[in-house]
Amino acid sequence: MSNDAITLLEAINLAMARAMEDDPDVVLLGEDIGTNGGVFRATAGLKDRFGERRVIDTPLAETMIAGLAVGMATQGIRPVAEIQFMGFIFPAFEHLVAHAARMRHRTRSRLSCPMVLRAPFGGGIHAPEHHSESTEALLAHIPGLRVVVPSSPARAYGLLLAAIRSDDPVIFLEPKRIYRASKTLIEDNGEALPLDSCFTLREGTDITLISWGAMVSETLAAADALAEEGISCEVIDVACLNPMDHATLLASVSKTGRCVIVHEAPHHGGLGAEIAATLSEQILTRLQAPPRRVTGHDTVMPYYRNEMLYLPDTDDIIIAVRETMEYAG
Amino acid sequence: MHDISYQGEIRFTRYLDAEGKPVGDMPDWGCGDSPWVDYYQQMVLARQFDTKAISLQRTGQLGTYASLLGAEALDVVSAKLMQAEDVLVPYYRNHAMQMIRGMPISQLFLYWGGDERGSAAAEMRRDLPNAVPIATQCLHACGVATALKLRGQHQAVLTMIGDGGTSKGDFLEAINVAGAWQLPVVFIINNNQWAISVPRSKQCIAPTLAQKALGAGIRGEQVDGNDAVALHEVIGQALERARAGKGPTLVEALSYRLSDHTTADDATRYRPSEELKEAWKREPVARLRNWLHQQGLWDEAREQAWQAETKQLIETAVEAYQAMPPQSVDELYNHLYAECPPGLAEQREQTRLKQARMQQGGQDHE
Repeated sequence: MSNDAITLLEAINLAMARAMEDDPDVVLLGEDIGTNGGVFRATAGLKDRFGERRVIDTPLAETMIAGLAVGMATQGIRPVAEIQFMGFIFPAFEHLVAHAARMRHRTRSRLSCPMVLRAPFGGGIHAPEHHSESTEALLAHIPGLRVVVPSSPARAYGLLLAAIRSDDPVIFLEPKRIYRASKTLIEDNGEALPLDSCFTLREGTDITLISWGAMVSETLAAADALAEEGISCEVIDVACLNPMDHATLLASVSKTGRCVIVHEAPHHGGLGAEIAATLSEQILTRLQAPPRRVTGHDTVMPYYRNEMLYLPDTDDIIIAVRETMEYAG
Repeated sequence: MHDISYQGEIRFTRYLDAEGKPVGDMPDWGCGDSPWVDYYQQMVLARQFDTKAISLQRTGQLGTYASLLGAEALDVVSAKLMQAEDVLVPYYRNHAMQMIRGMPISQLFLYWGGDERGSAAAEMRRDLPNAVPIATQCLHACGVATALKLRGQHQAVLTMIGDGGTSKGDFLEAINVAGAWQLPVVFIINNNQWAISVPRSKQCIAPTLAQKALGAGIRGEQVDGNDAVALHEVIGQALERARAGKGPTLVEALSYRLSDHTTADDATRYRPSEELKEAWKREPVARLRNWLHQQGLWDEAREQAWQAETKQLIETAVEAYQAMPPQSVDELYNHLYAECPPGLAEQREQTRLKQARMQQGGQDHE
């Protein structure tokens, strides 16, 4: 529809509209997504355009939303369900882990579960408690789920289209801090992006910076600043957290010999650990310094007054990069 | 002590007493040999299957198994009343339903024998596989029903849950949304009085479980789960209402779990033997047989012939089950995603090597 510059949030709306236009089996459901257009307006205008049969306001029950989506998906409908905030996704877990993730597997492909569960996640918008966490590692740990995180309007459009068209269940986590952070010109051409590939956003030779979601913006800003110091950073947006494209990460760090992994989620058991372990297992002799993690800490996400203290920022990344560059073994 | 502001009644339906004698006038449709002889034969088959499954488990030829003993009428009548294009969303005690819906008996053994291919049979069409977590199936049934409605298909979805499961949020969320959206779902509570070791009386203070329907604004009623005739009427009407777009029904079938919870359970630890003995006097198979005898629709000769025939059917299925070649290692990896991702493909290769190593007698540690 639009050839104007649009935000990440508008790109999500555009992708859903495109998917619904292309495929009558695509149906949206969630709390407040119809008349209200979603609390962030991700579904604004879609009920008017596609009708309340396909843009369904549900009763207020997250377990139910996930369970409905599973049941619909087994019959070939492609539900795109919204959980209003990731902090409220936990009642949905049983359906994701025990059913969505393994429907294809346990029926040996007789049935599948092509559903998408969208949820805004992450901090930085001064929201009330339970509205700012990043628990993607819990989801990425589950075999059978795809976990996808966009970090720009273009990737939001292309990855959400891919998620909806995927025959697998996809958890689509939207970094709400950058919902409206920037605008990009997007051609609504229906082209999806791959779900099995990282995105190399900036090429460099000295060190690889690995991130996803809202932290990609901080990471790119750090790379800009470090370039002025003469440090050439390669920046990779992982984007697809499970299954993860290890090949691109391994190739980049093999080339640079150093890496810093940046995520908002807590340090312990975070996906940064998974990436660092993979690098150590596979290319230890290519590493010129230990993989370094810049992450949230292992405490509860603070209420909004202190959230910026908790969230990794550009300076945290710059400091970690400098120390990694200076590492002498 | 408890204020009850709702003063309505929950209908309870029973046609045959414990001995198979009519408790009052039989309905017009209640006479004649159809469908009762067929129901009875399937109930005998279900019980034979159950007996065989337990004996296979006891001799190490089957994994932990959840018996359906006492639920034969409920399972058989429900499945027989369903149309092929209706969808079954089962829990883990619906073996007879699955059999009648077309699942080969050997596949049932395969499922309980620890092989995922047991849920793969093409004969199952769009029916869901067993729900093992409690009550989740009720929400899936609502999702399936939503899909049917979206596509304008006038079919029903049938799902079953135990009495314990009605304490879980999923059940309440499901009947709520089924009411709000008038979904074509029949929810059947197999109230067999025991949730493993916890008796019905400790699950909920409400005198019936069917009345939970009232809070969701849907129709709720009780039926004697040991009475095939009553089940035929109540479940048949519920399915017809669903197909006709008249919304969901919650049916509480009063039955009794004549078995342990599963073969891994020992009900003598918590259940009075006297109670079990009493329950056997009400069981569904003998009840229907007695009634058929009274009607002149069944006799000892037919009984013996059918017992022998079903025994043979089951034995043939056991042979097919035991003759199934093992799954390929690749099956552990190939069905997780639509396409196997590279990292998983590497793990698949590792397991191929591990299998080869195991077949050669294990790693040489010397």
